[in-house]
Amino acid sequence: MPTFNLKINNKAYTVEAEMDTPLLWVLRDHLNLVGTKFGCGIGQCGACTVHVEGNAMRSCLIQVSQSEGMNITTIEGLSEEGDHPVQQAWKEVDVPQCGYCQSGQIMTASAFLNKNSNPSETEIRNAMHGNICRCASYNSIEKAVKVAADKIK
Amino acid sequence: MTPSKQSNFSRRSFLKTSALASGGMLIGFNLFNACKSDAKVPVDISQLNFNDFNAFIKISNEGKVTIFSINPEIGQGVKTSMPMIIAEELDVPWDDVYVQQAPLDTKNFNNQVAGGSQSIRQNWEPLRQTGATAKQMLVNAAAARWGVSPSECTAKQGVITNSKGDKLGYGDVVLEAAAMQVPENVTLKDPKDFTIIGKGTSNVDIDGIITGKPLFGLDYKEEGMLYASVLRPPAFGQVLESFDATAAKAIPGVIDVITIGEKARNFLSKGYVSWTATLSGTDKVVVIAKTTWDAIKGKKAIKAVWKDESPLESTEFHNKTLLDLLDGTSFKTMRSDGDIDKAFAEADEVLERTYESSFLPHNTMEPMNFFANVSADKIHLVGPTQTPEEVAKSVAVLLDRNVDDIYVEMTRMGGGFGRRLYSDFALEAAEISNTIMKPVKMVSTREDDMTTGVYRPATKYRIKASIKNGEISGYQLKEAAVGGNMYGLIPNFFPAAAISNYQVDVANYNSNITTGAWRAPYTNFLANAEQSFFDELAELMGVDRVQLHLDLLEKAKQNLDPKIEYIPERLQGVIKLATEKANWGHAKEGVYQGFSVYYCHNSHVAEVADIVMNNGLPEVKKVTVAVDCGVVVNPLGAKNQVAGGVIDGIGHALYGELTFNNGIPQSNNFDTYQLIRMGQTPQVDIHFVDSDIAPTGLGEPTLPPVGAAVANAIYKATGQRLTKQPYINHIKVEKILS
Ligand code: FES
Ligand code: FES
Repeated sequence: MPTFNLKINNKAYTVEAEMDTPLLWVLRDHLNLVGTKFGCGIGQCGACTVHVEGNAMRSCLIQVSQSEGMNITTIEGLSEEGDHPVQQAWKEVDVPQCGYCQSGQIMTASAFLNKNSNPSETEIRNAMHGNICRCASYNSIEKAVKVAADKIK
Repeated sequence: MTPSKQSNFSRRSFLKTSALASGGMLIGFNLFNACKSDAKVPVDISQLNFNDFNAFIKISNEGKVTIFSINPEIGQGVKTSMPMIIAEELDVPWDDVYVQQAPLDTKNFNNQVAGGSQSIRQNWEPLRQTGATAKQMLVNAAAARWGVSPSECTAKQGVITNSKGDKLGYGDVVLEAAAMQVPENVTLKDPKDFTIIGKGTSNVDIDGIITGKPLFGLDYKEEGMLYASVLRPPAFGQVLESFDATAAKAIPGVIDVITIGEKARNFLSKGYVSWTATLSGTDKVVVIAKTTWDAIKGKKAIKAVWKDESPLESTEFHNKTLLDLLDGTSFKTMRSDGDIDKAFAEADEVLERTYESSFLPHNTMEPMNFFANVSADKIHLVGPTQTPEEVAKSVAVLLDRNVDDIYVEMTRMGGGFGRRLYSDFALEAAEISNTIMKPVKMVSTREDDMTTGVYRPATKYRIKASIKNGEISGYQLKEAAVGGNMYGLIPNFFPAAAISNYQVDVANYNSNITTGAWRAPYTNFLANAEQSFFDELAELMGVDRVQLHLDLLEKAKQNLDPKIEYIPERLQGVIKLATEKANWGHAKEGVYQGFSVYYCHNSHVAEVADIVMNNGLPEVKKVTVAVDCGVVVNPLGAKNQVAGGVIDGIGHALYGELTFNNGIPQSNNFDTYQLIRMGQTPQVDIHFVDSDIAPTGLGEPTLPPVGAAVANAIYKATGQRLTKQPYINHIKVEKILS
């Protein structure tokens, strides 16, 4: 099996996997970074969202072979102490219900606010539209993104 | 009719204590039954015995409180709200309280509480008693040390004070308290003195969730664990004939390809029901691999041949079958008041409408999965299940093992909505591990989950009402459902008692497509039908929609039938609150309002939907909700539940649809099945009725009425009455009035 050198959360990893293995499963099964979730496997739900070079990407659609050399950040590496402004806002608003989709939501929101720290309501709703929350915590997510934006500004 | 239903908590010996060897006091208690007389609270915290007690509270020498909760969390917040109730009566600062998920025990399951809307209601009184009893023991211990009477002492925020002003922390007296007699009578707080209940409290798992800690079933791992992907029949009605695994076995990460099914068939032959397609008695091909991806890839490489065992059904067939049932005479009458036929015969006017709904998959965000490690001496099972008792008992039968050898651990669940009440996934995992005798995790893909589910049954209602002298003189509800839907209590919901000639009739078609509980079972579509019908009925009668309801409820108050489930006063209360907050009847230009009200899961809910039309399609802007669910224990969690139910209800009423063609579900992932997303989501404006009645369900009751509120608003905007779900398929764009 081929090996790949990955840079995840500022750490170097070498993994042995099939070429076509999605980054999602390398993170979860090979590296034990299980904060990145499996929801659909086809890029439709956003549960698996990670940052690749600072952009929110669907790790279920990226093959491990394409991830070599990239700077990858997962929910585990978003902040040292779990206190990234987006995480703080999520806690303040108490967003999660079952919680399963939330690391993906947080990764989408944090990448978005990095590029636009003063978003309008419409911009927030558009940015978060790709992430499904089956518990429908959307009102709280919307509010938390606003709270986070205020913290970042 | 009483305004509140008292919980049947009788004071028995439900609580015992010990002094911990490591310091501090341990309280064991039982929420449902008395403790066994020989039950002992351990002195070593690692020896907690959940056979004898179903929960424990530890109070340390520093006064810190740890609650070992047996409640699994499925997203309804019970893991937070139950400890809040104990801490309130114990009177400790919430910041000093820690909640730890206790592993489940398999031996004494009648003690276990598997979360859900009802659990708060059932445990309200016992949880308060527990906290208050522990507090009283601490007070008694302090009083004894001071040599004063306990009545001269008060306890607040973890500190006991006597009349001279001396103070002792709970931690200072835990050892003496542990040796005290358990008091038989304790006083509960006056609800107006609550300091924790009614204050918004964050989810106790929040830190783990926002940092991606392994909390869920899918995250669970053990040394040497393998992964399994199961190939099941593509169509309901098919079974495996043969398969070729050559290509799958050539994949490097694939370890083995096996079949399972024999144990499941055996299990079914003992009289157990087949909840889902995954347990239909067919052989299934299982790919065992080193990683999830290898297993999924291996499964795709299997070449399988399936044969038909029973008829393969399609959606047209279901539609025709259910409509034929509605037209036919093979009904079972669930409730009959007065003389419905006479009412129709003598009516000035009759309104009759048929409402139709689709099958719905649960689509929990975390797909089904379960870990099993079957060995010669024991069976270890871990995963997201709402029914650990069922899992243990079923696996014992499945593998012909002693239930005492089975140890079930529950993880946090990535959503339930009813799906995790069925334990097919745990049985599969157990049969796989039993075959390979290794620790293994069965993982379903989204496609597996959506196409081999246990669905909300496709259901049709026909509602008929008669009007005589400007009053509703008769009301008849007929249900035709795949697999059966309505159960005992529903016929006693509104408008039973409000209309003198009243009848509910049901008919079922038994399909090979598996159906079962789905969020707010039985009423999730019924409320849509009923509340759309009343909107049309009010219009036909030329009366105000809201006033019609208030008047009918006035009539219901005169009916003293004890079987009636709803409380008219409480329904009137939420109607008034919702319409006032929504500014009902005074919508802004371009905004159309729809109203709906419903009682279910012991809670009373009224909703007003505000919609606007955007390019010929309705956009739900806002939903105003009034909820009477008794005491709101945790407003933060409660608001999440309410908003979630409303948005989920809108999503499924507008978009939810699973059709079948020759037994094959026609959607299998989120590209072909539409779930509501952020951009389609209204703001939910939530108002709770002030109450000190025991809390009732919140996970379900806001969902059923909302589809009708939206449909009624769409009618105002377009003049079109929507009777078929998903509504989005039936909105005629040219019908827009504006
Ligand atoms: S799992 Fe990647 S988008 Fe759904
Ligand atoms: S919180 Fe459950 S899926 Fe989002």
